[in-house]
Amino acid sequence: MTIPLSGASLLVSAVLFGFIFGWLLHRARVTDTNVIVNQFRFRDFTVLKVMLTAIIVGGLGVFFLHAGGLASYHIKPANLLGVALGAVLFGIGMVAYGYCPGSGLAAIGTGSLHALIGALGMVFGAVLFALSYDWVKAHILNIAALGSVRLPELTGIPDLVWFAGLAVLALISFLALERRPRR
Amino acid sequence: MHSEVKAMPARVITRSEVDWTPYLAGAGIGILSWAVFAIADDPLGITTAFAAFSGVAAIPFLGIEGVWHNSYWAKTPPSLSYGTLFLVGVVLGAMASAIATRRFSLETVPRVWRERFGPSVFRRFAVVFAGGAVEMYGARLADGCTSGHAISGNLQLALSSWLFTIVMAASGAATARLLFGNGRFANRGDPK
Repeated sequence: MTIPLSGASLLVSAVLFGFIFGWLLHRARVTDTNVIVNQFRFRDFTVLKVMLTAIIVGGLGVFFLHAGGLASYHIKPANLLGVALGAVLFGIGMVAYGYCPGSGLAAIGTGSLHALIGALGMVFGAVLFALSYDWVKAHILNIAALGSVRLPELTGIPDLVWFAGLAVLALISFLALERRPRR
Repeated sequence: MHSEVKAMPARVITRSEVDWTPYLAGAGIGILSWAVFAIADDPLGITTAFAAFSGVAAIPFLGIEGVWHNSYWAKTPPSLSYGTLFLVGVVLGAMASAIATRRFSLETVPRVWRERFGPSVFRRFAVVFAGGAVEMYGARLADGCTSGHAISGNLQLALSSWLFTIVMAASGAATARLLFGNGRFANRGDPK
């Protein structure tokens, strides 16, 4: 068996990794739409805690794996206009749906019927995108397209300094959040 | 436990009362990222595979030819691949956790929505369908979602992903303010 996996063992690992991800999303309570919506209302900071911790723990590990030649980066292209417009739509949709795509799928497993209806909406949205792809590619994705850029290369600030900064930011936020009196 | 918390007067939380679950689950997702980068060479993500698979759903409406000749699905053909099987795993994993913790329950209108927009199931379903469609269109336009950009992309310090996350957070907060107002309905997002 070679790493990275391929063939049948890769497909088995897909279900296994998905299973662990879904399990963790439920344990983190982000399969609860109240938690997600209340993050955007600044009343419940569970989502922020989960994501910042995942980014720092995951990022440091992947950085060292990459440095040791054991992992490759997969950087999505910085088509700045497409990413910004997409993010605006995504934020609107996420609050209306009450889930992000991953937590919505996971919520279906926990019995959320409205998550299932929203997932059908997601299929519809994906079809709309595929149908408009040629136009989008010609008119939006090519505007301010910087390619697959990472912040360390763009700024000249080394990876570990970024992670140290993120860790300090996380620590300050988490301390402030946990010290907040609960109503 | 929650009734107990509500009955107490406002006061400062001490160390022993901190709920470590979000941090532990977040760290778990981070460690899972090490595994998927090193073993599967395919970062955590949802919508790329989701969009590819949507080609199958479009066949009854566009015909096989229509899907086959579409330039987007030609780039990411619908298939039973790593990405789509990962999605199946996500549903199963959350279901297993919900059953194991006895929190599996059918839900049509969540509390945060009901308190603001009432108990109409039809209204909720109509809005989540539209919301899901807008969200997915945005995710494909940006080439990623909260998993592909906000976790996998951010942890690689990608410019596109940090831009996505900051704009998405601002857009979501503005939408939440428009939809839910600011403060008349105090929820702390207790588990359902």
